Amino acid sequence: MYELVEKSEVFNVHKMVITAPEIAHSIEAGQFVIVMGSEYGERIPLTVSDWNADAGTITIYFLEVGISTLELARMKVGDSLYAVTGPLGSPSEIRNYGTVVFGGGCYGIGGIYPIAKACKEAGNKVISIIEARYSSMFYHEKELHAVSDQVLYATSDGSRGKKGKIEDVITEMLKNGVKIDQAFFIGCTQMLERCSEATRPYNIPTRVALNSIMLDGTGMCGACRVSIGGETKFACVDGPEFDGHKVDWKELNQRKTAYAEQETVVYQSYSHGCRAETV
Amino acid sequence: MELTAKERMAIERHGMGEQPPDIRNRNFEEVPYGYTPEEAVAEAQRCLSCKKMPCVSGCPVEVPIPEFIALVAEKKFAEAARHIKTKNVLPAVCGRVCPQEIQCEGVCVRGKKDIKEAVAVGNLERFVADYERENNLAELPEIKDKNGLKVAVIGSGPSGLTVAGDLIKLGYEVTIYEAFHRGGGVLVYGIPEFRLPKKIVESEIRALEDLGVKIYYNSVIGRLYKVDDVFNVLGFNAVYIGVGAGLPIFLNIPGNNFNGVFSANEYLTRSNLMKSYLFPQYRTPMIIGKKVAVLGGGNVAMDSARTAIRLGAEKVTVVYRRAREQMPARAAEVHHAEEEKIEFRLLSSPVEIFGNEEGWVSGMKCQRYELGEPDESGRQRPVPIEDSFFEFDCDQVLVSIGGEANPLITKTTPDMRTNKWGYIETDDWGRTSKKLVYAGGDIVTGAATVISAMGAGRRAAKAIHEDLVKESNETVTPDWW
Repeated sequence: MYELVEKSEVFNVHKMVITAPEIAHSIEAGQFVIVMGSEYGERIPLTVSDWNADAGTITIYFLEVGISTLELARMKVGDSLYAVTGPLGSPSEIRNYGTVVFGGGCYGIGGIYPIAKACKEAGNKVISIIEARYSSMFYHEKELHAVSDQVLYATSDGSRGKKGKIEDVITEMLKNGVKIDQAFFIGCTQMLERCSEATRPYNIPTRVALNSIMLDGTGMCGACRVSIGGETKFACVDGPEFDGHKVDWKELNQRKTAYAEQETVVYQSYSHGCRAETV
Repeated sequence: MELTAKERMAIERHGMGEQPPDIRNRNFEEVPYGYTPEEAVAEAQRCLSCKKMPCVSGCPVEVPIPEFIALVAEKKFAEAARHIKTKNVLPAVCGRVCPQEIQCEGVCVRGKKDIKEAVAVGNLERFVADYERENNLAELPEIKDKNGLKVAVIGSGPSGLTVAGDLIKLGYEVTIYEAFHRGGGVLVYGIPEFRLPKKIVESEIRALEDLGVKIYYNSVIGRLYKVDDVFNVLGFNAVYIGVGAGLPIFLNIPGNNFNGVFSANEYLTRSNLMKSYLFPQYRTPMIIGKKVAVLGGGNVAMDSARTAIRLGAEKVTVVYRRAREQMPARAAEVHHAEEEKIEFRLLSSPVEIFGNEEGWVSGMKCQRYELGEPDESGRQRPVPIEDSFFEFDCDQVLVSIGGEANPLITKTTPDMRTNKWGYIETDDWGRTSKKLVYAGGDIVTGAATVISAMGAGRRAAKAIHEDLVKESNETVTPDWW
């Protein structure tokens, strides 16, 4: 179970294809899994970017940001993950909205794919906008092109598409009178907030996939609670998608840093240990 | 040598040796050491074998207490353990976590004047179960020939394990679906190591696996499969739902989402299931508060408080809105907590949690309470005293005021009736309104005890057997215990 069958990396974004036939059969767009590399690892919530029910595999993308993702990233093809739990979270609402814009940054480039695909199949016009620092940092493009009417790029250095961020592309579209009926954003919290602010003045219904700290993923612990329009919600069961115009971003950002100190200590001690071994 | 009643009466109750409080509040090893065989025999001799046996009716699963104690007195320890197991499949667990003072020991004739004089049934139960396990004396029970019927058990907590154990012996193929990566439910995520060593739970689960029970981990029913899929896709003949209560509740006051406010579920799951008390060997981190407030007065509150002190908190205070006598926690836990220098701020409850600029807990505003008229539960209702606010200094708040029903399964099973709080409705035998679907434990009753969940599991196993026999009387031989 949970064998790693394919693995690659683009600038610290790691792709893993994992054997998980039951999940591949039952998952829907917008849901996530919680993985543990080893029995010592943390339970890491990760958006599922693709799946193949026939092959019995799921595809995840993640960023190496701490000890548990570092250990995950070091696993080799043929290794098995200790645990993969899912599908978790409520699926995205898929229907014919009209024109739907997807914005993905970082792991979200992979993250938006299944929702874009489902929306395309539901008859929407799909415009996908992806951002990265340089043009060489994009991935999963072929798949995204296959389900999008249009794929637009934004890079910090201007090496591909618009020089800037996703919200710059959206703002330009909106100023030019492009009609957008629905927006979905997946990526880091800062990006989600910026994009939500870009669609707010135009009252575009905006869904953001929140990535608060989670533990069990079934609603049992409340670690992932977020404030949506003044109400406390659990991202793991009520979400992960919420109305981007109602999220308390300040609180979310603060809650996400709760373990920064411990994470830094263990990450550094681990890297030091490794260097010592190789010297 | 037969003792006279008078001689039995003359023997004083044997306590168990324990780690000293100032040592144990820095480690996660189990607190009591358990009886020596000599102590167990001497304690067993205190039992008067009275005809009325109030202890048996005081036990939710009617363990034949005087009979097993008589076996202990004869030094037949393994036989005693087996005798308990005819009614209770998890004696090593129940000996440790049952609230004996309101069950068997609470009605013991020897404890009539002073509960502290009751026969130490829990200690004896623990002793014989440990003796059997540590000396590998457990015998495989008789298992009937496979009857070709499959039962799915959702959740591997106390009630699910009981159902699985009962049905596998009757010839069913039993598969447990567990959401977490380890089995045991609340026994592994909720109850701390110092109260229930996890090797005991592991050994109980291994014993079930040895009998042929299959356990699939990381399987969240309601998401991975709906209950209907368990029948139609996976081909099971009956489903038992024992998923626990599941959703934490927070006080309806400002400041709940500051960093440092935890549900007890999260705090204990991090420490127990994810073993963050062994961080960084285990990678799940934990916030270690200096001044910790624990809200609530039940066992979970005591577990949270005692975990906090072990993790290195300087000061831990249980803040409870009623009085000490009304705390629902097991007497032994309150006693242990006090010994470990946990403080109690009774008749008080917060009205606001304060936070600093970075979003961390910086204190609470509390209000004093007094006891008023009794409420539906018979306990005196706590009434807030006007203008009695005070500030309470703390940097971490562990909220342990109970839970709600987890809707993951009920929402995806609309044809199964729930009550207005979302708990599953069943008859006395665990039958839900949906055919061949059964439920028991906290998802039916709300938060209760390990033993009551096991009792519900036992009754449901019986109902499942009866109903499946009726459904397919060609393949199953109808008989029961």
